[in-house]
Amino acid sequence: MSAPAVHSLWTTAADPISKIDAPKIEYGQLSPTLIVIGAAVVGVLVEAFVPRRSRYYVQVFVSVVALAAAFAAVVALAAGGYGTTRAHIAAMGAVAVDGPALFLQGTILLAALLGVFTFAERRLDPEAHGNRVDSFAAQAASVPGSDSEKAAVRAGFTTTEVFPLLLFAVGGMLIFPAANDLLTLFVALEVFSLPLYLLCAVARRKRLMSQEAAVKYFLLGAFASAFTLFGIALLYGYAGSVSYARIAQVVDGSVQNVDPALAGTMGNDALLLVGAALTVMGLLFKVGAVPFHMWTPDVYQGAPTPVTGFMAAATKVAAFGALLRLLYVVLPGLRWDWRPVMWAVAVVTMLGGAIVAITQTDIKRLLAYSSIAHAGFILAGVIATSAEGISSVLFYLGAYSFVTIGAFAVVTLVRDAGGEATHLSKWAGLGRRSPLVAAVFAVFLLAFAGIPLTSGFAGKFAVFKAAAQGGAGALVVVGVIASAVAAFFYIRVIVLMFFSEPRPEGPTVAVPSPLTMTAIAVGVAVTVVLGVAPQYFLDLAGQASVFVR
Amino acid sequence: MENLIALLIAAPLLGAAVLLCGGRRLDAVGHWIGTVLAAASFAVGVVLFTDMLGRSAEERTLTRHLYSWIPVEGFRADVAFHLDQLSMTFVLLISGVGTLIHVYSIGYMEHDERRRRFFGYLNLFLAAMLLLVLADNYLLLYVGWEGVGLASYLLIGFWQHKPSAATAAKKAFLVNRVGDVGLSIAIMLMFTTFGTFAFGPVLAAAGDTGEGKLTAIALMLLLAACGKSAQVPLQSWLGDAMEGPTPVSALIHAATMVTAGVYLIVRSGAIFNAAPDAQLVVTVVGAVTLLFGAVVGCAKDDIKKALAGSTMSQIGYMVLAAGLGPIGYVFAIMHLVTHGFFKAGLFLGAGSVMHGMNDEVDMRRYGGLRKYMPVTFVTFGLGYLAIIGFPGLSGFFSKDKIIEAAFAKGGAEGWILGGAALLGAAITAYYMTRVMLMTFFGEERWRDAPTPSPAESDVEPAAETRGEYTPPHPHESPSSMTIPMIVLAFGSVFAGAFFGIGDRFLHWLEPVTGHAHGHPPVSALTVTLSTVVVLIVGVAIAWAQYGRRPVPAVAPRGSLLTRAARRDLLQDDFNHVVLVRGGEHLTRSLVYVDHTLVDGVVNGTAASVGGLSGRLRKLQNGYARSYAVSMFGGAAVLVAATLLMRAV
Repeated sequence: MSAPAVHSLWTTAADPISKIDAPKIEYGQLSPTLIVIGAAVVGVLVEAFVPRRSRYYVQVFVSVVALAAAFAAVVALAAGGYGTTRAHIAAMGAVAVDGPALFLQGTILLAALLGVFTFAERRLDPEAHGNRVDSFAAQAASVPGSDSEKAAVRAGFTTTEVFPLLLFAVGGMLIFPAANDLLTLFVALEVFSLPLYLLCAVARRKRLMSQEAAVKYFLLGAFASAFTLFGIALLYGYAGSVSYARIAQVVDGSVQNVDPALAGTMGNDALLLVGAALTVMGLLFKVGAVPFHMWTPDVYQGAPTPVTGFMAAATKVAAFGALLRLLYVVLPGLRWDWRPVMWAVAVVTMLGGAIVAITQTDIKRLLAYSSIAHAGFILAGVIATSAEGISSVLFYLGAYSFVTIGAFAVVTLVRDAGGEATHLSKWAGLGRRSPLVAAVFAVFLLAFAGIPLTSGFAGKFAVFKAAAQGGAGALVVVGVIASAVAAFFYIRVIVLMFFSEPRPEGPTVAVPSPLTMTAIAVGVAVTVVLGVAPQYFLDLAGQASVFVR
Repeated sequence: MENLIALLIAAPLLGAAVLLCGGRRLDAVGHWIGTVLAAASFAVGVVLFTDMLGRSAEERTLTRHLYSWIPVEGFRADVAFHLDQLSMTFVLLISGVGTLIHVYSIGYMEHDERRRRFFGYLNLFLAAMLLLVLADNYLLLYVGWEGVGLASYLLIGFWQHKPSAATAAKKAFLVNRVGDVGLSIAIMLMFTTFGTFAFGPVLAAAGDTGEGKLTAIALMLLLAACGKSAQVPLQSWLGDAMEGPTPVSALIHAATMVTAGVYLIVRSGAIFNAAPDAQLVVTVVGAVTLLFGAVVGCAKDDIKKALAGSTMSQIGYMVLAAGLGPIGYVFAIMHLVTHGFFKAGLFLGAGSVMHGMNDEVDMRRYGGLRKYMPVTFVTFGLGYLAIIGFPGLSGFFSKDKIIEAAFAKGGAEGWILGGAALLGAAITAYYMTRVMLMTFFGEERWRDAPTPSPAESDVEPAAETRGEYTPPHPHESPSSMTIPMIVLAFGSVFAGAFFGIGDRFLHWLEPVTGHAHGHPPVSALTVTLSTVVVLIVGVAIAWAQYGRRPVPAVAPRGSLLTRAARRDLLQDDFNHVVLVRGGEHLTRSLVYVDHTLVDGVVNGTAASVGGLSGRLRKLQNGYARSYAVSMFGGAAVLVAATLLMRAV
């Protein structure tokens, strides 16, 4: 670089402040995220200023209202055409407001709403010293089993901070699939991950396990984030920009004005390939794809079950949204490079998840491996690289999240003296003792297995169809085989529940408050409706399947 | 008028729904609901009939399209009705006889606590049977076909506490399935051949289609007809079906449902006309069955089973006539209608006898009942005279025409078929006279305690043999039972003359079925005279055996043929050896293959997957450090693979 050029750089940077334009923020288009983040901040203030007795009610109220309002904002934006014709990149190119973003944000918000209902459940655990308690530790900071914990329990403390934590996580999740530059992507990733790490650690029962899960999740999450960040840095080095559109242009070779300062490194394919691989790896970690899935069973098992349900549903939606955007908007020019690799990941994910699930004996671990297998199925849709691929993934995510929240909500109901009875042997004969609960759980399992007339079938059919049309027929064959393997362990649970003798010391089914009941009922209703009459929702996902560039 | 057609079916269907869903609340009025709705259906039928008579022969067909049932591109199934003279005949027969039998059942089933359910099933049967004859396409006909099969199953097994009834119901259902498969294959063949299964287009196109295909369709239709109408080789269920309550035997297993096969063949006449080979098979089936049924009827001591053999035989006549083509169609239906009257009457008479005899069915335990049941005796007697073809009564007109038409088939076939029909008439006269004599004449054998019968007899000794024997008190049945019998007796006497004289029935039905005058090799008068002669011979032999000599209260051992006939000419033994044993062998070998080969592969796969699962599971050791290593390795592979993809 010549001296005058360097000089001009210096002088440009030294221009007066007044020449920097104020960023243009489209508050209306960002309102879903802003509402949720604002409510999270309010939640923190509630913790500080509202008396302990009424915090729970205020927090639940704030959370529900915020999520409902944010969902209304999403619907309003979609109705205003932002999902289709008026799709737009807001906040100076940082956040996309388009069909996939709105669809996924809506899904996340509904999942979070049901999540709040399960978080707020206070009738399952027996009362401690006359106080109703939820699934969360009395005081998360106290050492498990210590005197301070006992004192906290006696005093009737509850960790109402979970509600603002959930809202912060939701805020991050809303931005994650909408992020339109790599930095926003990373910030969103951290914004939703950190609260989740915390939430995992606050189980009331089995606190050591919960804390272990949280630490593992945090360590591995941080590790994955480091990879992602490194990938982002390499991509920046390749394209000279973090903007999705800009990187895509460089990949296509259609970029016009190359910054002379970056001309040396720009267009270096090694940077691109390594950077893309590492960035994608960070997202694969979040969706729980093999071989980045190892955290899933431990964390799903250790985390408080309402958190597991919320996390399993919403994280997957957000992370797949981000992955879709990254692959379809930033790297479509590179698809001949990433498709074979993603093929391999999808195959090992589907098979790995399904096969390892067979020998699981804990219902939460079982569902964790099931979620890994499902990540593989969704990846098959991602690989389709077509509009049908996008819409099928959107539909699948919507269907899957409701099934997941519902299933984990049912898990919270089956309890014995030690809290939730998650060992499968304790579920034997549940169908005889509590036919309704067992039947509801069976519906969810059938949906997981992809049996017709459930949403699972419609979703699986959509992604496999898209994948087959996208030239991934072999992948579909593997997917069907994995589904067959997976059907074994889902059906086994049904057999266990309905065709085994109940054990005398077996668990009881707690009668939940209307909150959990609502979450389960909505889960069943959505599962059945999407299974019986999926067309409207498939059309909706189809309309929302165009990314803004 | 078209709108009334749906009402024909809707009335009994409503009855079935109300009675079967209504619960115990309706126990007190259930039978009235059922009877009134059956009568309503009959009334609608009469209205439609008078309307039809008011129009010229060409304009008598009514169609009513209700809705599109399964509209898929290129595949169209409609719920549409087709009412022409043929359907009309059946509608009046079904709803008319059906109504009478509803009335009869009010008395017959009075002491049955599940009477409401019985009437619900009867209404269900009426609805299904009317759907069968009113459908304007084969698929909708199939719905009715299965519907009557279901109703028949439910009613045969109505007294399900009796194992024999439950078994009989199952048997009827299973045997019928064989025929139903034939019908479904026929419908599929029609769809691939004609692209539709509506009567109009299919029958219109039948003339221009290859004979091979038509023969296949026709034979499949014949299989269906054999199942439903108890024709050889699917006849075995009808005898056992008599386990059902007697009104059921009268309505379903004598007058209406078992004639559905005849309806199917006549309705599909255009297909059979174009497939002479299939027609020949039809006539053979008919001739064999009419002799088979008659022989079985001779040997049975159970009054209902004797009548069942007779039903089989009479339907054999109809099938024979239907197989003769245009020279026989009208006579098949005519015999069907007259048979509907006299056979229903005979069954109701048998039911009345049983009613008065503590449900005893063994004719060797009857005798001399004419004094105690005069109405039953007279009506049964008129039915008897009708069925044997006593000159002037119903059976005479219809059966004589069939025998004539069989001779008119021409050539050796005509002689054989006509001879068989004539022989059948003689046997009919024999076994019906036997029934008559054993029941209403001779000694009063029921006064003495029964003696255990030899093991060979298929009549079980009465259960109360050991205790003090109290003879039954034969008595006339209540008027709700006798009135239907009287009405049917009128039909038995006059229907044949009404239809036959002046060829009234022929002119009525000809526009639908077509008709060709046959030319028998001998004059019609000769045929009629020989019919009368064989009738006299048959009656005389029966008189010699059962009238002059006392009837033994225990069946004698009998000749080989008698013993075989008592065992339904070994039909069940045949089925057992050929189908059951053969099926078992086939199943066993398939099970063996399934166990070793299929299960071996499946279990092997499952075991290896399970083993793999167990091994992979060990990777999940709980240490964050090893998880991180796996992630690192994964990332390295991911990066390497991506770079590799670019390199290759």
